[in-house]
Amino acid sequence: MNAPAADPPTTGSPGPIGHRARVMAVTSGKGGVGKTFVAANLAAALARRGERVLVLDADLGLANLDVVLNLQPKVTLHDVFTGRATLKEATLKAPGGFSVLLAGSGLVEYSRLTPDLRERLLEVIHQVTPHYDRVLLDTGAGISDVVLYAVSLADDVLVIATPEPTSLTDAYATVKVLAAQQQREIFRLAVNQVSRKGEGRAVQQQLQTVVDRFVRTGEGAAVKLDLLGELPTDTAVREAVQRRKLLLEVQPGSPAALAMIALAERLPKVVLR
Amino acid sequence: MKLSLALQLLERAQHAWPADAEPGSPAWLQSVVDGLCALSSRDPLTDLPNRRQLELTLDREIDRVARSGEPALVLMADIDHFKRINDTHGHAAGDRVIQAVGRVLQDTVRPMDTVARVGGEEFAIVLPNCAPAFGQAVAERIRRRVEREGVAVEAGSAGPAQVLRVTISVGGAFAPQWVRSSARLWLDRADHQLYRAKSSGRNCACLETPPVLVVSSEEKGLLFASPALADADNENVDSP
Repeated sequence: MNAPAADPPTTGSPGPIGHRARVMAVTSGKGGVGKTFVAANLAAALARRGERVLVLDADLGLANLDVVLNLQPKVTLHDVFTGRATLKEATLKAPGGFSVLLAGSGLVEYSRLTPDLRERLLEVIHQVTPHYDRVLLDTGAGISDVVLYAVSLADDVLVIATPEPTSLTDAYATVKVLAAQQQREIFRLAVNQVSRKGEGRAVQQQLQTVVDRFVRTGEGAAVKLDLLGELPTDTAVREAVQRRKLLLEVQPGSPAALAMIALAERLPKVVLR
Repeated sequence: MKLSLALQLLERAQHAWPADAEPGSPAWLQSVVDGLCALSSRDPLTDLPNRRQLELTLDREIDRVARSGEPALVLMADIDHFKRINDTHGHAAGDRVIQAVGRVLQDTVRPMDTVARVGGEEFAIVLPNCAPAFGQAVAERIRRRVEREGVAVEAGSAGPAQVLRVTISVGGAFAPQWVRSSARLWLDRADHQLYRAKSSGRNCACLETPPVLVVSSEEKGLLFASPALADADNENVDSP
């Protein structure tokens, strides 16, 4: 499980010439709302419907995709960045049928957005996108320059929020900054840890109301939050997280797992470009 | 192949042919291509880079900024009341003014900067690696330099030879530091500032100020004002 994958993509060959994966950044503002958990399980759900998916741990300083997936990688992005390994060697197969690029332990080294880090991240994206249908960027918490830059590499942004006031505020701040700085007009939204059906919609409507009033892109365009789905609070999630397994692997029939699959279904299929 | 037209164009532009290059030889053909490239990237009136060349420069600069994080500024400069100059002194004088302003702009910036004629009486200046703190000062220096410099125009049917005083309005914007951007967007933002400079009386420089992004207490208040969310809280309280 921890051996480097034979080839970066699950199928091993790049797609048609000019094909590039759709890159989606998974971000939240606030930490601890289940960003990495959603990224990993969403990747598994997308892989189930036949997509070639790569999850890239873009939280370079405080990565924990390896923790969620219970992987102990010998080779990581850090080794790629320092020239000790190739991307191919650092790409691992995750349990859910997708590939991962884990950040490893760069810690302080990657907490600042240096020209070097910009260049390396951009290069990694350029190199991996021909081999996949979708690349998920699991970004760090907060809205630091590193996070904003990582998000700027993506075609789509998925914002993870919970109904908690602090999470709502941080999700809102993230949307506001990204709209102003990166001219983003559409944000996907996934509401995690909802305690009743429809709470995700309520969160979306509330955010949308305030966004309509106070948020515009740098060019003055309106900004739309598209609710991908809600994920219920579910003891199965806690168990999966504790056992460091994918929810979709250990409890595929649980309410949260079913919600995750429904959420993936709402993402448009990647059409070969 | 419109080779004869190409040769006429090069002839007219006083193209410098390489010594002893036989017509039809690889060296000669290379010189034709080089000559046509130079023609298609420069503005004939001012000999400055034209809009086509400017867009290439901006694309390159945007990529460089995204990769390096170094700031870069683009300024748009437009000659004030240019129509009046044309109407009063004739189009030949107007052309002289455009050429003179182009020269002044070129003389005022660093060798690494690109001054281009975008069209009409409008110029763009790309300044790589220009720190945000200096942006306004640079724009002001350029504006004052044009204001000080007079443009001598020959005697025309309209009257005797004289020195015209011209001024420019300047608008500027810094390149976004993120990956998602385009030359068009960047220029649009500078153009918007130029519009501001024009509407605040001309002969001044306006630079885009980065938006102050805060979440006000009013916004926060509205975020939690939802009856639906409140209901959810009540349910939590009411039902054990």
